[in-house]
Amino acid sequence: MFMSSVESVYPRLEPLLAQVSKPVQYIGGELNAVVKEWDAVDVHWALMYPDAYEVGVPNQGVQILYEVLNERPDALAERTYAVWPDLEALMRTHGVPQFTVDAHRPVGAFDVLGVSFSTELGYTNLLTAIDLAGIPLRAADRDETHPLVVAGGHAAFNPEPIADFIDAAVLGDGEEAVLRFTDIVKEHKRSGAPGGRDGLLYALARSGVAYVPSMYDVGYLPDGRIAHVTPNRPGVPARVGKHTVMDLDEWPYPKAPLVPLAESVHERMSVEIFRGCTRGCRFCQAGMITRPVRERSQRTIAEIVDNGLRRTGHEEVGLLSLSSADHSEIAEIAKGLADRYEGTETGLSLPSTRVDAFNIDLANELSRGGRRSGLTFAPEGGSERMRKVINKMVTEEDLIRTVATAYSHGWRQVKLYFMCGLPTETDDDVVQIAALAAQVIAKGREVAGTKDIRCTVSIGGFIPKPHTPFQWAAQLGADETDARLAKLRDAIRADRQYGKAIGFRYHDGKPGVVEGLLSRGDRRVGRIIEQVWRDGARFDGWREHFSYDAWMQAARTALAGEPVDVAWYTTRERPRDEVLPWDHLDSGLDKEWLWDDWLDAQAEVELDDCRWSPCFACGVCPQLGTEIQVGPSGTTMLGMPEVRRDSPLVAQQ
Amino acid sequence: MSRQAPERPHQPTVQRLRLRYARRGRLRFSSHRDFQRALERALRRAEVPVAFSQGFNPRPRVSYANAAATGVASEAEYVELSVTAVLDPERVRAALDAALPPGLDVLDVVAARTPDLVGRLEASVYEVRLPGADAGAVAAAVEAFLAAPEVEVERLTKNGMRRFDARAAVLRLELRATPDPGAEGAGSGPSGPPCAILDLVVRHVTPVVRPDDVLAALRQVASLEVPVTASVTRWAQGPLVPDPTDGTPRDAVTDPLAPDRDGDGVGAVGTA
Repeated sequence: MFMSSVESVYPRLEPLLAQVSKPVQYIGGELNAVVKEWDAVDVHWALMYPDAYEVGVPNQGVQILYEVLNERPDALAERTYAVWPDLEALMRTHGVPQFTVDAHRPVGAFDVLGVSFSTELGYTNLLTAIDLAGIPLRAADRDETHPLVVAGGHAAFNPEPIADFIDAAVLGDGEEAVLRFTDIVKEHKRSGAPGGRDGLLYALARSGVAYVPSMYDVGYLPDGRIAHVTPNRPGVPARVGKHTVMDLDEWPYPKAPLVPLAESVHERMSVEIFRGCTRGCRFCQAGMITRPVRERSQRTIAEIVDNGLRRTGHEEVGLLSLSSADHSEIAEIAKGLADRYEGTETGLSLPSTRVDAFNIDLANELSRGGRRSGLTFAPEGGSERMRKVINKMVTEEDLIRTVATAYSHGWRQVKLYFMCGLPTETDDDVVQIAALAAQVIAKGREVAGTKDIRCTVSIGGFIPKPHTPFQWAAQLGADETDARLAKLRDAIRADRQYGKAIGFRYHDGKPGVVEGLLSRGDRRVGRIIEQVWRDGARFDGWREHFSYDAWMQAARTALAGEPVDVAWYTTRERPRDEVLPWDHLDSGLDKEWLWDDWLDAQAEVELDDCRWSPCFACGVCPQLGTEIQVGPSGTTMLGMPEVRRDSPLVAQQ
Repeated sequence: MSRQAPERPHQPTVQRLRLRYARRGRLRFSSHRDFQRALERALRRAEVPVAFSQGFNPRPRVSYANAAATGVASEAEYVELSVTAVLDPERVRAALDAALPPGLDVLDVVAARTPDLVGRLEASVYEVRLPGADAGAVAAAVEAFLAAPEVEVERLTKNGMRRFDARAAVLRLELRATPDPGAEGAGSGPSGPPCAILDLVVRHVTPVVRPDDVLAALRQVASLEVPVTASVTRWAQGPLVPDPTDGTPRDAVTDPLAPDRDGDGVGAVGTA
C-alpha cells in the first residue's frame, strides 16, 4: 500500500473479524474492485447499499456509479455496506468506524456518502452507518468535516421520512447526475469552499442536480395534512426534477462487474437490456418513475455480455429490465446469445418475464444452454376484475397458454406472483387465485403428460407508492391482509385434486405496514425512524431482525401530540386536493394524469402501452424533453469476435 | 415419463492436474465454499478446458482435499482438476494465478501420474501465533498437554456437538525459542508486542483435529488464556517422513506432489 493521508482501519478491524460470522464479507478484494490513491483525486465518494454485503454487492446501481466515478481521474469511489449487529457491537467497543471494503478507509473521511435505496426498509441501516462513521445523525448538526449524505435509488423519489438525516437526494438515473454532482463538489473545494457546507448545498440545490431538504419548509394544517412545501431561499427550484439518461448505448456499464469472494444473492452476469416501462401497471412505482422506455441495442448488449463474461467468469447471463421479454428485439437477442455461447455451459435467464410476452421460441433459446432456470410469471391480480383495476392486461387465457408452453417444453415448476390488498379488492378476488392455480396444474398435467409438475403461488401485500395512480389509495391493514391470505391458503388446501401440486408462499401483513408508512410518509415519520433505531431496530428487511411491535411503539412515542398516526399514513385514502409529501419532487408524471388513471382503475378501465398505441399524455416526455426509444436498432451481433472454444493453455506437442 | 438430461457432446477427461495454492493475508477469512466458487469462475476466465459432469446440472470436475478452516491462512491447499486436453502445467498455473484474486495464489501445478493424492496428505504442519500471550504460561500448557495421554475437547460440527481426543493426533507441539514477529506469509498479526509462536504437526485423523482444537486443549489442561487475535498458518501437508531406524512416522512431511513430478528428488518441506 502507498502512504496516504487517510489510513486503512484494517489493522484494527482484523482482530474483530475472527469473532464474527461470515468475516469474508468485510474484507473486500472483489475481482474488478478499484483502489485509488487518496491524495491524487479531488472528490472522494463512499457508495453505500444499506443492507448486508451479500445483498448489496450485486446491486447494479452501485456498481455502475462505482465505475463511472472511478473512471474519472479526479475522483475515487469506494463501497460500504451495512455491518451485522455482531460486528457493530465490536466496532463500538473497540472504536472502529464504519469503513469501506475497498481500502478500509473510514467513511467519515470521504467528501460524499452516497446511499442507494431500493427499499425504504434500509433506513435504520443508514442511521447505523452514519453513526458508526462518526457523522451526526441529523444533517443540521454536521459541519465542514463531515461528508455530505446523499440518497439515491427509487426510494429517493420520496425522501421526506429521512429528510432530517440526509443532506441531499438525487432523483432518477445516476450516471450523468453523479458526474455533475462531483463537478460541483470539486469546484467548491477548489475555490476554497465559499460559504462552507451550506454554500455547497446551496450550489447543489440551485443547480437542480439534487434536492436539498433543508432548503424547503413544510407547513401543516391543523388536521395534520400538509399545507405547503416551499423553498426557503431564492433561486432554489420549487420542484426538483428527475435525471434521465437518454442513450443507454453511450453508458455501457458495468464494464467490469464486481465479483465477490463471498456468496451473494445474484451470482450472474447481469445486463440491463432496457430501462423504463410503459405497460402502465398502476401499482408499479418502478414503471412509473423510470419512464420513458429506452432500449439498448442488441449490439451493445452483446458487447456488454461478452466483456462481462470474460472479466467475471460467471456461468449465467441475466437479461435485466422491468419486463425483459418486452424488448422489441428480444427474439434476436436471446437467439444471438444462445448461438454465441452454445457449448460453453453458459446459461441465459430473463428474471422478469411478462405472461403475454413469453413464447415457444424464447423458451427454446433459454433452455439451449443446458440449464433451465426457474420460470416466474406475475399476474399480480387473482381475478380478471383485479387485473383490470391494476391495468395488468393479462387474461386467464394468456396465463394458461403461457404455462402450457412452459410445461410442454420441459419446465416442471412455474412460480406465479400475486398481490393482496389491492384497491377495491374483496376476499373473492384473492380466493380466485386457488382456482387459477388449479387450472394451471390441470393444463400442465395434460400437456406434460405427467402428474409430476408443480406450481408455486407466491403472494405479498400491496403497498401504495408515491408517483403512482395508487398514491392516493388506502393500504389494507395487517390483520385484514392476514385474514384474506388465510382464506386463500384454506382454499388451496381444500382442493383434493390439485392442492398438493400447488405450493403457497406468503408474507404476513406486518412488515408491509411499516414499508407503507415509510413509503408515503412525510418528515414527521423521521422521528419514528430515529426512535426505533435508538430502540435497536436494524436490518428491517430481514424477518429475523424486523420487529413490528418496536415500530408501533416507536410511532406512538414519536407522534405523541400529533394529529396523525400509523393508520393515518397507511390505511387512509387521500383526497384529490391533498398536498402529498412528494408533490415538490418531479418524476415527470402529470398529477392530473395520475388522478385520471386512479379514477380509471376504480372504474376497471384499462389503458394501453404507449409504445404500441397513441400517447396518453402521462406528461413525462414533454416535461423532460425525452422520448420513447425502441427498436429496431439496426444493429446485429454479426461481426463480433468469435467466442473461442479452444484453450490457449494446450501443451505444445 | 422420466426427465431426460439435455443431449450434449461429452468431452472426456484426458488429463488430471494437481494444484497447490496458498490462502494469504485477509483472504484467510474466505471459506472453502468461497474458494470453490472463485476457482470455478477463474477456470472460465483462464479458459481452462475443464471436464464437466453429465446430467441436468453439469458441474466442473474438481476435487478438493482437506480444506483449511475459515480464518486459517495456508501455504499448502490442494486441488485436482480433470481437463479435456493435454495442458502445459506451468501455463495453467500462471493463468489461474492471474485469474484468482491476489491472496489466493496458485503455487504449483503438476500433471497427475499417480493415484490417490488425498491418501498422501497424511499430516499438516501449522504455525500458531499468539500475540501478547505469556511465553512461560504457553510453555507450561504445552508441557501439560504433551504429558497427558488424552485430552478430550468439544467442537460444534455439522452433526452437532462432538467430543473427541485432541492429543493423539498431535505429533509435535513446540514453543518456538525466540519470538519472530517478521515471519513471512503468516496471518498478519500486529508486530511489536511479544508473540508466542507454536509449531504444530497434526496427523490427519477422523474427526479431524484442527489447530483451534489444540488451543482449546491448552485452555483445558492449563487454563491458558488464548488471545482472540490468535492466527494460524498451515505451512505444509504431505506424507510423513518415516524414521530411518524403525519406520515409524516422524514429525515432518514431504512434498505430496513429488511422486507426480518427473525425476524429482523427494525433499522434506515444512520442518522447522
